[in-house]
Amino acid sequence: MDFLKKGLAGTLESGDIFIEIEKSELPGIHIDLQSKVKNQYGKQILLVITETLKEYGIDNVNVKAIDQGSLDCTIRARVTTAIYRGSGKNDYRWE
Amino acid sequence: MNRLRRTMLFVPGNSPGMIRDAHIYGSDSIMFDLEDSVALGEKDAARHLVYQALKTIDYGTIEKVVRVNPLNTVYGQDDIEAMVQAKVNVIRLPKTETPQDILDTEEIITSIEKKADMEIGSTKMMAAIESALGVVNAYSIAISSNRLVGIALGAEDYTASLKTTRSLDGVELFFARSQIVVAARAAGIDAIDTVFSNLNDMETFEKEIRLIKQLGFDGKSVINPRQIDVVHKIFAPTEKEIEKALRILSAMKEAEEKGSGVVNLDGKMIDKPVLLRAQRMIEMAVASGMYYPEDNEEE
Repeated sequence: MDFLKKGLAGTLESGDIFIEIEKSELPGIHIDLQSKVKNQYGKQILLVITETLKEYGIDNVNVKAIDQGSLDCTIRARVTTAIYRGSGKNDYRWE
Repeated sequence: MNRLRRTMLFVPGNSPGMIRDAHIYGSDSIMFDLEDSVALGEKDAARHLVYQALKTIDYGTIEKVVRVNPLNTVYGQDDIEAMVQAKVNVIRLPKTETPQDILDTEEIITSIEKKADMEIGSTKMMAAIESALGVVNAYSIAISSNRLVGIALGAEDYTASLKTTRSLDGVELFFARSQIVVAARAAGIDAIDTVFSNLNDMETFEKEIRLIKQLGFDGKSVINPRQIDVVHKIFAPTEKEIEKALRILSAMKEAEEKGSGVVNLDGKMIDKPVLLRAQRMIEMAVASGMYYPEDNEEE
């Protein structure tokens, strides 16, 4: 999916994760992660963000993520929402 | 045993923290809300969030219900598709006014179940009745689909449609409540009462629970975990009631063993409604943690 604009989703509330995705001029997925639990869970959060982007065939974006202690399912939901918002599409995949 | 629906905890669909913790408070059902508690600009986000949560979080034996947006909005159909695919137990349809509302929703659910190779009919439904027209049509709504497990009163919109306001004693809701209980009972499904939103007035809340229990409701929608125990306590049977119910059931067992069609207790014949009430009482006692059938069997 192509990004027509910045895709934003999530909040800064406890248990949530704020996600901002925009097209990158450089190839690859570049994630700037802020989290109080980065030392313990940083790798896992980055993995979930990357996997979700790849599911949608996205591989050249800048991602800003501000985590407030989110579960994997919340990360997936927020990244997916930001992808659809940024691409302007609504052909959701529920399966 | 029939599923108990004493409490249905409302959880706003776009609050990850509340979705994460919803099952720790002991409500019989959790109702994730995609409708009124979600801002128009966040409908997509809430749908993704509840979808992912339902697919991932283990809520144990608690019934998972999602209140979707009505079908006459642009969100309704996507909500239903996402939630059925996420294998929600119950789709709760808001603002139900006619049996056709239920049939339209059912048609969509059935087509998704077919597409996903799910058992047809595995997704249940619940209808919230929130208008004068809905209350008038309560029975025809209640019997409109085999998927329906209950009908619920939504009092805020209903009182507005009556051109009145909500009072503390709920006199303006009397007809709707009774109509909904009678319709639900006639259809063999559950009746769920509306929310009580003033968290600081526990006294009126308790009065309202006693009232709806007496009217025959199975339970109540609750908006805060603090309300759950209060409802369960009032719906719980007393020790005396449990003891009597157990004696009735043991008399029934005795009669069955003797091959007698008539059940007697203390020289009095026990009618079928009394037997059914005793069974229901014991189910409620088990759910309330006041009676343990396993312990009894050992005796």
